[in-house]
Amino acid sequence: MSFDAHRCPNGHVTYPGHPRCPTCGEEQTDTIDLAERTGDVVTWTHSTKTPPGVRAPNTLAIVEFDVSGETDGGDEFVRALGQVTTDDIETGDPVEPVYVEELRDPEAGIREPESQDWNGYRFEPV
Amino acid sequence: MTVAVVGASMTKFGQRDAWVTGIMNALAGDIGVMPAYTERVDQTSSSGGAGIFEAWQSVASGASETTLLVGAEKMTHRSTAETTDVIASITHPEEYKHGVTLPSFAGLTARHYLERFDAPRDSLAKVAVKNHRNGVDNPHAQFQKEIDVETALESPIVADPLRLYDFCPITDGSAGIVFTTEERAQEITDDYAVVSGIAGATDTQVVHERDDPTVMGGVVESGARAYERAGIGPDDLDVAELHDMFTILEFLQMEGLDIADQGEAWQLVEEGYTEMDGELPVNTSGGLKSKGHPLGASGVAQGYEIYKQLVDEAGPRQVDAETGLACNVGGFGNCVITTIMEAR
Repeated sequence: MSFDAHRCPNGHVTYPGHPRCPTCGEEQTDTIDLAERTGDVVTWTHSTKTPPGVRAPNTLAIVEFDVSGETDGGDEFVRALGQVTTDDIETGDPVEPVYVEELRDPEAGIREPESQDWNGYRFEPV
Repeated sequence: MTVAVVGASMTKFGQRDAWVTGIMNALAGDIGVMPAYTERVDQTSSSGGAGIFEAWQSVASGASETTLLVGAEKMTHRSTAETTDVIASITHPEEYKHGVTLPSFAGLTARHYLERFDAPRDSLAKVAVKNHRNGVDNPHAQFQKEIDVETALESPIVADPLRLYDFCPITDGSAGIVFTTEERAQEITDDYAVVSGIAGATDTQVVHERDDPTVMGGVVESGARAYERAGIGPDDLDVAELHDMFTILEFLQMEGLDIADQGEAWQLVEEGYTEMDGELPVNTSGGLKSKGHPLGASGVAQGYEIYKQLVDEAGPRQVDAETGLACNVGGFGNCVITTIMEAR
């Protein structure tokens, strides 16, 4: 399992990936695995009114990863949004991804369970 | 006379499989305008604004002389959790699987805004207080009840720093507007309004991909183009309906539409700039906050409020207005339609 951000030849990086780079339209030909890195919390919230099959409270954060060493002068950072392992989090906290088999109950929501995958990474304070 | 009917949303909210497009056909029959062409527009929370865009285009292009736009949504048959999930299902699969909700996007954005611009938490509560106050004078509002800042600040957390009173309710509702040529309008009435500028734009589906979390690109782009088409700027506005699904969105739209500089909308709210007797009254209808937010109807209801203000039919909430703007936001700024109307 990897936590892949996607890179185009011009050094633009996105998470998740797209068929074409949203910035320049080139194909995204490379990946940058964020799984073993530390990122910083840009902002966070405790979501208390959660949908069916989602934990409550559901603490969420937008996390920024430094990818400047791998973009040949392109994007310096890429962001990802995800669940946090604890409710105790602050802006600027360093966090690292932790793999989770099932982030919410696929059977409980309005989306068909087969329509997408449900595993991914939570963020844990370092 | 050529007539068209556009229905915005018009579905039983959360319908997964049913074939619902027959409802416009039924409406055309029920109001006796057969064989007028009918169509349905679906653009989540901005269905109504998309309907205004579509209805305006149908008349401006000459395809129709008169077009009726009706927006409607029935939502209260679902629980709050289910409703939240239906709305969250517009998100990218990588967002959806983390259980994100539209309110959680608002919480994430509000925290960033308050921390970055050193804005007081009270300023968001003041948006809710203002819109509740305005809703008292709107007989169609879901909540015709004033609240105070303390009530808003002490209400339960939904997505902190945002609390219950930072959010619009779940609503059943509808609204309608008739569009026709200026020639035809002059035959029917002395007082009418024209759509002098309208534009739509999008932003990323994945919300965290935006360069600046406090900027909604769809608001900025649709607003700039609508101003350009109308040949006016933000200083020319007399009244505005902004999409206050969450209090923080009133700040983001004021800034995206150049009514305020970035990071400073909260100051204008604190100064009373957007009150009924302020420089630019915002959400005289009570906004989504107190008028309610039946998704497909909301954008139409915004246009209806601006129209009523421009033709001096807004009753106790009337302000002095010749030019008004409505900004209708779908998703979390994913798709936006800005409409500028002027009195004639």
